[in-house]
Amino acid sequence: MPSQDRHINFALMRDRILATQGKEYWRSLEEFADTDEFHEFIEREYPDNAEEWNDPVGRRTFLKIMGASLALAGLSGCVYQPPQSIVPYVRQPEEYVPGKPLYFATAFTMGGVATGLLAKSNEGRPTKIEGNPDHPTSLGATDLFAQGSLLTLYDPDRSQTITYREEISTWPAFVAEMRKNLDDQKAKQGAGLRFLTETVTSPTLGNQLKAILAEYPSAKWYQYEPVNRDNARAGSVMALGQSVNTVYRFDRADRVLSLDADFLSCGAGSVRYLRDFSTKRRVDHDKTTMNRLYMVESTPTLTGAKADHKLSLRPSEIEGFALTVATALGAKTGGLAAPPKTQHTEWIAAVVRDLKASRGKSIIIPGDEQSPAVHALAHAMNEALGNVDQTVLYTDPLEFSTTAAEAKKTQIEGLRELVSDIDSGRVDLLVMLGGNPVYNAPADLSLDKTRLDKIKLRVHLSMFKDETSELCHWHVPESHYLEAWSDARSYDGTVSIVQPLIEPLYNSKSSHEFLTGFSSQSETKGYDVVRKFWQELKMGAGGQATGASSANPNASGSPAPVAQSSPLTAGPAQDFEASWRKALHDGLVPNTAFQPKTGLSVTAEWGWEYIDKNEGATDPKTPGNGFEIVFRADPTIYDGRFANNGWLQELPKPLTKLTWDNAALVSPNTARKLGITIEIGTHGGNVYADTVTLKLQGHQTTRPVPVWIMPGQPDNVVTVHLGYGRTRAGHVGNDAGFNAYAIRPSNALWFSTGLEITKAVERFELAATQLHFNMLNRDIVREKTLVDYLDGHGAEHEEDLRQFSMYPEYEYKDYKWGMAIDISSCVGCSACVVACQSENNIPIVGKAQVQRSREMQWLRIDGYFKGSNENDPAGMYFMPVPCMHCENAPCEPVCPVHATVHSAEGLNDMVYNRCVGTRYCSNNCPYKVRRFNFFLYQDWNTPTYKLMRNPEVTVRSRGVMEKCTYCVQRIQSAKIEAEKDIQPDGKPRKVRDGEIVTACQAVCPAEAIVFGNLNDPNSRVARLKAQERNYSLLEDLNTQPRTTYLASLRNPNEEIKERS
Amino acid sequence: MSEVDKPQDSEGMHLTTPVIEPGHTFASVTDKISSLVLKRRTPLGWFIGFAISFTLAQVMLLTIAYLVTTGIGIWGNNVPVGWAFDIINFVWWIGIGHAGTLISAILLLLRQEWRTSINRFAEAMTLFAVACAGLYPLLHTGRPWLAYWLFPYPNTMGMWPQFRSPLMWDVFAVSTYATVSALFWYVGLVPDLATLRDRAKSTGFRILYGMLALGWRGSARHWHRYETAYLLLAGLSTPLVLSVHTIVSFDFAVSQLPGWHATIFPPYFVAGAVYAGFAMVLLLTIPLRKFYGLEGFITMKHISNMSKVMLATGLIVFYGYIMEIFFGWYSANEYEWFMIKNRMTGPYALFYWLLILCNGVIPQFLWFKRFRNNLAIVFIIAIIVSIGMWLERFIIIVTSLHRDFLPSSWGMYAPTMWDWSMFIGTIGFFFALVFLFIRFLPIISIFEMRTILPEAEVEEEAA
Repeated sequence: MPSQDRHINFALMRDRILATQGKEYWRSLEEFADTDEFHEFIEREYPDNAEEWNDPVGRRTFLKIMGASLALAGLSGCVYQPPQSIVPYVRQPEEYVPGKPLYFATAFTMGGVATGLLAKSNEGRPTKIEGNPDHPTSLGATDLFAQGSLLTLYDPDRSQTITYREEISTWPAFVAEMRKNLDDQKAKQGAGLRFLTETVTSPTLGNQLKAILAEYPSAKWYQYEPVNRDNARAGSVMALGQSVNTVYRFDRADRVLSLDADFLSCGAGSVRYLRDFSTKRRVDHDKTTMNRLYMVESTPTLTGAKADHKLSLRPSEIEGFALTVATALGAKTGGLAAPPKTQHTEWIAAVVRDLKASRGKSIIIPGDEQSPAVHALAHAMNEALGNVDQTVLYTDPLEFSTTAAEAKKTQIEGLRELVSDIDSGRVDLLVMLGGNPVYNAPADLSLDKTRLDKIKLRVHLSMFKDETSELCHWHVPESHYLEAWSDARSYDGTVSIVQPLIEPLYNSKSSHEFLTGFSSQSETKGYDVVRKFWQELKMGAGGQATGASSANPNASGSPAPVAQSSPLTAGPAQDFEASWRKALHDGLVPNTAFQPKTGLSVTAEWGWEYIDKNEGATDPKTPGNGFEIVFRADPTIYDGRFANNGWLQELPKPLTKLTWDNAALVSPNTARKLGITIEIGTHGGNVYADTVTLKLQGHQTTRPVPVWIMPGQPDNVVTVHLGYGRTRAGHVGNDAGFNAYAIRPSNALWFSTGLEITKAVERFELAATQLHFNMLNRDIVREKTLVDYLDGHGAEHEEDLRQFSMYPEYEYKDYKWGMAIDISSCVGCSACVVACQSENNIPIVGKAQVQRSREMQWLRIDGYFKGSNENDPAGMYFMPVPCMHCENAPCEPVCPVHATVHSAEGLNDMVYNRCVGTRYCSNNCPYKVRRFNFFLYQDWNTPTYKLMRNPEVTVRSRGVMEKCTYCVQRIQSAKIEAEKDIQPDGKPRKVRDGEIVTACQAVCPAEAIVFGNLNDPNSRVARLKAQERNYSLLEDLNTQPRTTYLASLRNPNEEIKERS
Repeated sequence: MSEVDKPQDSEGMHLTTPVIEPGHTFASVTDKISSLVLKRRTPLGWFIGFAISFTLAQVMLLTIAYLVTTGIGIWGNNVPVGWAFDIINFVWWIGIGHAGTLISAILLLLRQEWRTSINRFAEAMTLFAVACAGLYPLLHTGRPWLAYWLFPYPNTMGMWPQFRSPLMWDVFAVSTYATVSALFWYVGLVPDLATLRDRAKSTGFRILYGMLALGWRGSARHWHRYETAYLLLAGLSTPLVLSVHTIVSFDFAVSQLPGWHATIFPPYFVAGAVYAGFAMVLLLTIPLRKFYGLEGFITMKHISNMSKVMLATGLIVFYGYIMEIFFGWYSANEYEWFMIKNRMTGPYALFYWLLILCNGVIPQFLWFKRFRNNLAIVFIIAIIVSIGMWLERFIIIVTSLHRDFLPSSWGMYAPTMWDWSMFIGTIGFFFALVFLFIRFLPIISIFEMRTILPEAEVEEEAA
């Protein structure tokens, strides 16, 4: 490189340019670009790159830079608003105001069932998920999965391009290839064509598939999800003769008996159920009644932890138990008598009496995991108790199915059919929309390479290049729900239009767009597909009819419910536009909830043959001495779809507080029997667990399975959670945990006897955020029975310790923020933890750091076992612990640099840029709610994460302390709004109660968390704190916390003796 | 003035073991001590020792570099154990320093002449220990480049430090301590530096010592000023002996953590500091007098006296342990009592009982003259006490933090490789400084030693 002085060089070039004139100028500039001087100028102007260009050693770095720019190029697709008009929800500014978030209604699906959402959009970037208050599933709350789904949108591991045999390809190439294959199929009516989807409730998608199947009559469409509702469906067919969806009205139920149903934390409608249940349970000044929950469970659940009475039974005992209860209730039992030997007779007798006393106001709810027979018995019991049409409503099934026969068929039967077709070579083209069947199919129906190789062409639409994509020829990236138009039904049938908030970040297709590739209009946008479907529907019977009667004909052939007048269904085009806009704005299509079916009655004899056909999986088994296994969806990463989601991976599992791994849960007795121990490590959060190998029906786990000793687990029962052991999940989820699908048989998807356990030699290091679950009789969680509380023994002792302070008391004149957390309502679902993480830009730290006890979640949920029985505790208390915002905050005086100070409104503020990181505040915090950035935990480099962050919250750096702020950004923005609102008296108004909702409060389905102004005696929080059961945690330290708790209330049946 | 021949205690130690070997003259003292620096060939052992400690000091620098670039997460600290090796070692080093100040200041004021042989050395040790200690509070912060915010300096932010925080008090206590100790040590060195200047053969050393000697000529006026200054500094240092460790103990006592929140902490910490400090002085003195043949200056009387101080302070410390247990029980506070039980039976119980063994039981051997006169045993006890005092800080800091009020937030702590490398590195740094000190400065105060010779007495009487 010539070593001329740059300035001289530049001057030289400038002179050259100035020397040329007129037309010549342009030509000579081009020439000029070719000169050596120009090259040198470029190289000197951008010396970093120049080095890369010239230095052969830097080739790798150069490639890295190229790679990064490629990734960034993908981002250039982030146009700020989708070109289709979508309608903002609550605040509709005439014009877009930079810095002001907008909220759009959309919906998120799990197992096909939608939860209505409001997604917050900052400058066109979705940054936070909230529940849609108008949506029946949500009523403003969400579950943890909906919260976590935001991170998946921005996951840098998402697949970004269409690939064909691992080569980057294009959509037209894909369409051409499909066309070729479809033409071949056309000849044989599509006999070699198979579609495999997850559970579909989307009317649009269902009809698209239906149209394709009409074109290829011999083609088949299967739905398979590892966590499905097969048993509920089979049970309803068994008892009622048709497939129905059951909707429970917990708002009307005084007594609930749950047969292994974890209805408060998972399954369709759980968010709504939890809201209704906790409302019915809440006791305040005016309401002094509580519902009562009886729980029979085969593995500890959040619902069981909340129950007033709980029985831990082995899964094989539950059917017999249900039969006994049914007999005692005088319900139809399908022709089967109660098993002769019955345990827990007193318990059952008391429950039966109690249930009978609440005829029409009780619910028997069977778990989705329970056998069809239990579901059938539950239907019979609800009928016998007169609950049907009162608290238990039957509707058409949510799932879309093409024929009446299909509606009765279970997913696993479908998968079995598909596998046998594959094995016999009848499948030429397998199209998989979403899902990850290679990973999550049952062990005996596994879609491994050998089997899939029998299919000529395999196509997979998926957000990630996962295990299934790996074995497919074509992989098409799928759009995230926040990037795509769609629709879906919620637990009661209500249809929501899924609105995108952002253009697809990558070159991805929604399932609707993907399916256009199998039609003649391969370039149709998802928006047009969905909109056209609904536009055409106005000619039909309405939203109600689409999924329900026309597409889901019932086995009984009952007439389609009468279509109600719907804005979307009638009128000229303008009206459609208006109603379409309204549906988008509201987040739901009105009147699409299924009408309850009436007149269904349980048949006296439901053929047990039907069950026997199901390979005896539901026979009332006699409990043997062997081990039984229970499979459950993982509480945080579900069936494995969230395996690459750091928020959910690091979210402590509500009952075990484990992160980043699954484990086999056994009871303390069983652990002793097996000689298994777990030992708390020395690093802070690490636990060494013995490992075992599990063997079921000839299938064996491939990795050592760590064992977790879980009090409350029935003896000799091992619970494993699905979703782990992924090999192609991405950077976050790969190689975490063991794969429970490897031993999950198709004939016993949820529980089975005959489990063999072999203790392995090695120990496994787990990461847990809580190691001690015993309150040691410390006054931490307080609980009373309802009777005692109403008798006036409920007052929590609150001594006035303020007098002991040396300093004069500060008077909070204006606002005085505070929070009340009702332990009675909290079920420990942990949605608040994820909501807080999302709202406050909280980083994840990884398994190794959790093992060092350095997790960063600002809000944690402490769990303590109830009672003194170590093997079978009476349940669990859950206590969400955010910052207490103590008035006498111990953290404040010890900070040497004033980095944590008290605001005039009583907030304990953390000044990040003043913090030098001595950690003294954390040491002196009795609640240990402070979190320290031991490293640079924030990912400052991944571009997608920059889009995701809440712009109103500082992104913390290394070496500073952080903690819950009571969502100070929300407080401030509400105050600004209030100050702008000048009242007639010329003064700005005060912030109204309920105007500020913290992220944890907003998400809580149980409404356990209430925030507000304590200076306003009428605010909800002030009224809650005025209750007798209000108390401060560690009150004798005189910290005067602003976060206080309402003691838990239980409503036990006095006839049932408390176990000691 | 000399008390050499006066039988002072029942053991009659003074009769047999004077504070300076008989036969020394002014000249012999000066020759002997100055020759260590100027004449004697640097022994091979010095090179080996210095090489090892200097290498370890490099390990410290490496750790610091990694720490500053990566974050204090390389250590094992976590939540709830926010402080661990960093503050344990800080307190340990600060404590070690205490013996030096005590010897030079308090014993000077109490006219304990036996201190003369060891004060220079102990003061140097103080200084080096404070240097090691000072590194920790700086580096344990999450953002050490901003640690200067702890100093009250006028700034554009208009921010003062928080004067209510004990860490703030620490800054003043430790920096005052370091300053006064350095001054005291240096002022005491000035006459000897002049001696070295006068005796040095090489020009380089003559210039070096000449500059350091500040033009000392030994005139009466110089001596007068010197004595006044030295006494003043001794007076200033004396409260520091008590204040520094009192304030360090406030880091704990002011908080409300069970196991920290105790009024007994200030006296108990001061006693512990002196205890640890004398152990370290013994640890250094015993090999030093052997290798440099200083048995004549540092006699068995010194060893015995220091052992006695160690025994006395050790008993105070042990009393502190017992009182902690008593308070835990008597307070009837469930958290306090749990903390005591947790120390005794919890996951770190082994360390607690080791602490009791090291600091409470083993030093009881020093009651016996037989053991006090056995250098090997005294040396071993000194090592054990040093370990014990380190364990004491470990127990106070880690076991109190790891299980506090809410069982849900309990955790565990284990150091990482980098915790150890930092600790061992500071030990290396300390010894590297000690070796340099031995090589380049008179390790025993020449002129003060001369004052305790019988000749000095004679002259004084004659005058």
